Amino acid sequence: MPYDPGSDVIEVVRHPQRSAAASTYRIFGETLRGMKTTLARVVEGPLTIQYPEEKTPVYPRFRGRHKLHKFESDDPAPPGLETCVGCSLCAAACPADCIRVVAAENSPENRVSAGERYAAVYEINLSRCIFCGYCEIACPFDAITMGHDYEMSDYTRSDLIFTKEMLLAEPLERTPLRTEGE
Amino acid sequence: MTLFADVNYFEPWWIQIVRAILIFSVIFGVLPMLTVYERKLLGRFQHRYGPNRVGPYGLLQPMAEIVKFARKESFRPTTSVGFLFFLAPAVSIMTAVGGLALIPWGGVQDILGTNVGLYGMDVSVGPLYVFALGGISFYGILLGGWASGSKYSFLGSMRAAAQLISYEVSQGLALVGVLITSQTLSLVGIVNAQRGMWYFIPQLCGFLIFMVASFAETNRAPFDLVEADAELVGGYFTEYGGTGFVAYLFAEYVNMIVVSAMATTLFLGGWLLPFGIHQPGWVDPFVVLAKMMLFMTLFIWIRATLPRLRYDQLMSFGWKILLPLATLNLLVTAIIVVA
Repeated sequence: MPYDPGSDVIEVVRHPQRSAAASTYRIFGETLRGMKTTLARVVEGPLTIQYPEEKTPVYPRFRGRHKLHKFESDDPAPPGLETCVGCSLCAAACPADCIRVVAAENSPENRVSAGERYAAVYEINLSRCIFCGYCEIACPFDAITMGHDYEMSDYTRSDLIFTKEMLLAEPLERTPLRTEGE
Repeated sequence: MTLFADVNYFEPWWIQIVRAILIFSVIFGVLPMLTVYERKLLGRFQHRYGPNRVGPYGLLQPMAEIVKFARKESFRPTTSVGFLFFLAPAVSIMTAVGGLALIPWGGVQDILGTNVGLYGMDVSVGPLYVFALGGISFYGILLGGWASGSKYSFLGSMRAAAQLISYEVSQGLALVGVLITSQTLSLVGIVNAQRGMWYFIPQLCGFLIFMVASFAETNRAPFDLVEADAELVGGYFTEYGGTGFVAYLFAEYVNMIVVSAMATTLFLGGWLLPFGIHQPGWVDPFVVLAKMMLFMTLFIWIRATLPRLRYDQLMSFGWKILLPLATLNLLVTAIIVVA
């Protein structure tokens, strides 16, 4: 049986055939409909968040810049002592290898932490940190937690290495916290 | 043959110069604001604010941009034709500014004892003058694209040529309907003839055709195929930077102003107010300006709404729909006026 190409042709109807007058009418009608749609966007108003002045609130579990903690007055240990005992578990857990801890022994005349040892050097290189939060999980004393601050840009790389004093300091509350939900 | 219409009053020679300077400076003061207005409104149409950082409400944005453009290095491609490359933007902006002279901002006023018409000049061939300038302005585009020595520029200018020719015909025919109704070619006369009824009511079809063709004439969306940035980089001004680019940009905005003013004059009663309100003479320019802003807003609104047409759609719309409609409109108007 010879091949009949006509049988393979599928009839494609793109749109009903309209007269010029009907299509003109349709063009103007659709244009007006489109203009209504765009005008509704004006009425709704802008959705932009004017960033440096306005900030999106973060969720409570948002992982921002780290904080080191000291004992508070209602804790069992004497207040003012550092919670960190310099065990380096955070440094071991860190996948980006951005934490450096050098431990030192506490002595009766120089008591820094509640345990036997304390972190003499505690540095986080924030240009390397991937904010995974493993350090927070690894810490047996909840001495390091992730804060909410995400505005950490700086002009030199060395400025992004946060020392123990910087991590212990009360962070500037620069980031609004989302309270509803969670 | 008289070059100017019979004005029936005496005007000192220096008034012409003062008016020219005044119109020019006012328009070039409004122009930068217009660019901000367009960008802010376009932003609103897209859930954005638009520029709002430079100065109060972002109003100094054009200042910053002019400084930026003026400080740019002046260069031209090695394949370009130097003289024409620099002449083309000048042609474009000069013809655009020439159109400003025709805008009637108000009737004849008695200012400090002298009769002054609130318009650049009242030519007895008003619309023809505007069309002539439109024809020349298209040399600015064509020469710019050709002299750039770049394929994209050349394609853009060829498109411009085809588009402007197709739509100028419909625009002209739509306008003839108004001329037949008003039976004068003077733009001031046309406004005065609209005292009974603004022409967009009896000439609604002509008005719509004129507006659509105006969008094409000013290369605005959805007819901005000339500078279709997705396909042609920037169209005829691809190779222009700095002041040449600004000249083309300003020419486009001045063209928008002229077209808005023409639509105001021909169809929306110029400086007349509806419901028989007679305003004092000094309000006239503000009425015209308000009506022009209406059209400007429409230009921006349409730009935010419609996507760019395909080239064959543009051509078939211009020749197969708009031109027959305009002709029909003209014929019907002529029959009604004569009969």
